Amino acid sequence: MLKILKYSFYDLMRSRWSYVYFLFYLLLGVVLLFLNNDLSKAVITLMNVIIILVPLIGTIFGVMYYYNSREFTELLLAQPVKRSSIFLGQYFGVATSLSMSLVIGLGMPFVFYGIFNSNAIWDFSLLLVTGAFLTFIFTALAFVIALSNENKIKGFGYAILLWLFMAVIYDGIFLMSLLYFEDYPLDKFSLVATMLNPVDLSRVLILLKLDISALLGYTGAVFQKFFGTSFGLVLSSALLALWVLVPTFFIWRIAKRKDF
Amino acid sequence: MIKIFQILIFLFIGFGSIQIWAKTITVCSSCSVKTIQQGINQAEEGDTVRVKKGIYKEVDITIDKGIILLGENLPTIDGEDRGEIIKIVADNVTVDGFKIINVGTSYTSDYAAVRVIKRNGFLIQNLELEKLFFGIYLEKSNNGKVLNNKINGDAVNEYNSGNGIQLWYCKDVEVRGNNVQNVRDGIYLEFSDNIIISRNISRNNLRYGLHFMFSNHDVYEYNIFENNGAGVAVMFSKFIEMNHNIFKKNWGTAAFGLLLKEINDAKMTNNVFQENTIGINIEGSNRIEYKNNDFISNGWAIKVRGACYTNILTENNFLYNSFDISYNSNLNDNKFDNNYWSNYTGYDLNKNGIGDVPYRPVKLFSYIVNRTPETIILLRSLFIDIIDFSEKVSPVFTPDDLVDESPKMKPIKHDRR
Repeated sequence: MLKILKYSFYDLMRSRWSYVYFLFYLLLGVVLLFLNNDLSKAVITLMNVIIILVPLIGTIFGVMYYYNSREFTELLLAQPVKRSSIFLGQYFGVATSLSMSLVIGLGMPFVFYGIFNSNAIWDFSLLLVTGAFLTFIFTALAFVIALSNENKIKGFGYAILLWLFMAVIYDGIFLMSLLYFEDYPLDKFSLVATMLNPVDLSRVLILLKLDISALLGYTGAVFQKFFGTSFGLVLSSALLALWVLVPTFFIWRIAKRKDF
Repeated sequence: MIKIFQILIFLFIGFGSIQIWAKTITVCSSCSVKTIQQGINQAEEGDTVRVKKGIYKEVDITIDKGIILLGENLPTIDGEDRGEIIKIVADNVTVDGFKIINVGTSYTSDYAAVRVIKRNGFLIQNLELEKLFFGIYLEKSNNGKVLNNKINGDAVNEYNSGNGIQLWYCKDVEVRGNNVQNVRDGIYLEFSDNIIISRNISRNNLRYGLHFMFSNHDVYEYNIFENNGAGVAVMFSKFIEMNHNIFKKNWGTAAFGLLLKEINDAKMTNNVFQENTIGINIEGSNRIEYKNNDFISNGWAIKVRGACYTNILTENNFLYNSFDISYNSNLNDNKFDNNYWSNYTGYDLNKNGIGDVPYRPVKLFSYIVNRTPETIILLRSLFIDIIDFSEKVSPVFTPDDLVDESPKMKPIKHDRR
């Protein structure tokens, strides 16, 4: 598995897309820092970008990589290699290279800007960690979709739909249910609903660390109380990890049974 | 003619005698008069008690005649936490140039560093107050001045701390150039009319920078209120003028730049509201004119809670606020006109500096949040941006008539300070 991971990883590192992705974040970081000279504001803008773009790129890239490397995969399958290690290796290769592009691309400008001497360092590291988590989650989901759909168009369609659901539709349903049940106490419900979607969870985790959390008022206080405790933090990291592990398990299971 | 001459002579002698008879009593540790209270006891109406540099451990200094109590090189009066320090119970008293420390804290009586009780024409200036409970406490006193005092408390809890400058049932008082910090309420007024509060700095206070209730016809100008626990709260007052003040950095879940509750017929011009969770929180306030104010980087620039009628907002700048206006009813009797909104995306084809498309300051999301506060947790979600955008294009939920018909294309340059 490690060998395949290494191969996928190096393959991607050499590919144009990783560079484009890396350069995009590098540019974004540099432009943001030059434009507003304010670290915590830059972190807010980055958050907007990360919770929308990272899942999108993770999904699209994952699906694309799987379909593109299909022939190579078939070749590998003919070798005496364990199936699970082929697909898991590919998955980890893609996810690792994507998160590396993200972390290094964004990290570099901020390091040069002097993030280590700033108290925004924790917000920023949280941002990068959630970004990496989101990459792993959505690449895994993309692999699951690609593995279960032979048809490329269908696969892409489902992948986009998945992203749309997580990033937009889920919030819509969430909002509707909040409005519909407005006569009931909604703290617990909104807490649970936020925890269930990795995009929302990351957004709230980052928001709570920023000054802007004061806008959240009473609801924010409830959230702060929950996420501020070590239990809340452990639980939310566990949930994010679960979001990585469950799709990975599915990759493993589908790959084991799949007929080529 | 003779009569006039007599009067003139009388006046001359009269003034002359005051000049001659007004004497100066010096208090110092090596003088014959060693305590301030002794000095005051020996003085007569119109005298000056001059206190030399040193530390005077005294409490309950009672000034019962119209004298000038003058500190030279900032002598210190140390109350040793035993209670009230200076009590003024005569007209025309001046207290000038002291450092007063260690006022006693009590849960039953409001000990103050300087208290004026039912008197006229006092002047309290150039004091430095530290480790205090209440600072300058004026009760039922009129026609006085409180100038250039520095008050620096060490308040930690609201229940056992007092206010910096407190006016209770006062009239025609001027409070100018004071610097108040780390107390409960910086400046507090209750039932006080015709007061001028100007050029004060009130910051880092536990509760409010400025707090007044039932105080009419007052003027607040050129003050700075910064980083106070809950900002500035003004309630149940009429005919207030607030001009050229700065409300800044009152940030927290329950903080606001300015809370207006039951304020009628007021005027607010040339103020700056910067980086507050809520710039102005308005509740039950009518006929207020807001003009030439700047709202910069607030969470909410203006939050209208209800029962607010005939308010006029013109020529204000709304710059980079998360929400410009939040409104909790569909009924709108308030007028927005000629403001600059940084979120405005319209165009100006005839180049007259006024946007051709009206601006709707209430976002759908802020409307939703008002209805169901829990939805705020979706702040900065992509979905919210999408519905805000669609609502902007074709408004369905937000009040129809809540528009700025002629939004400015460029920020308005206001006369500041």
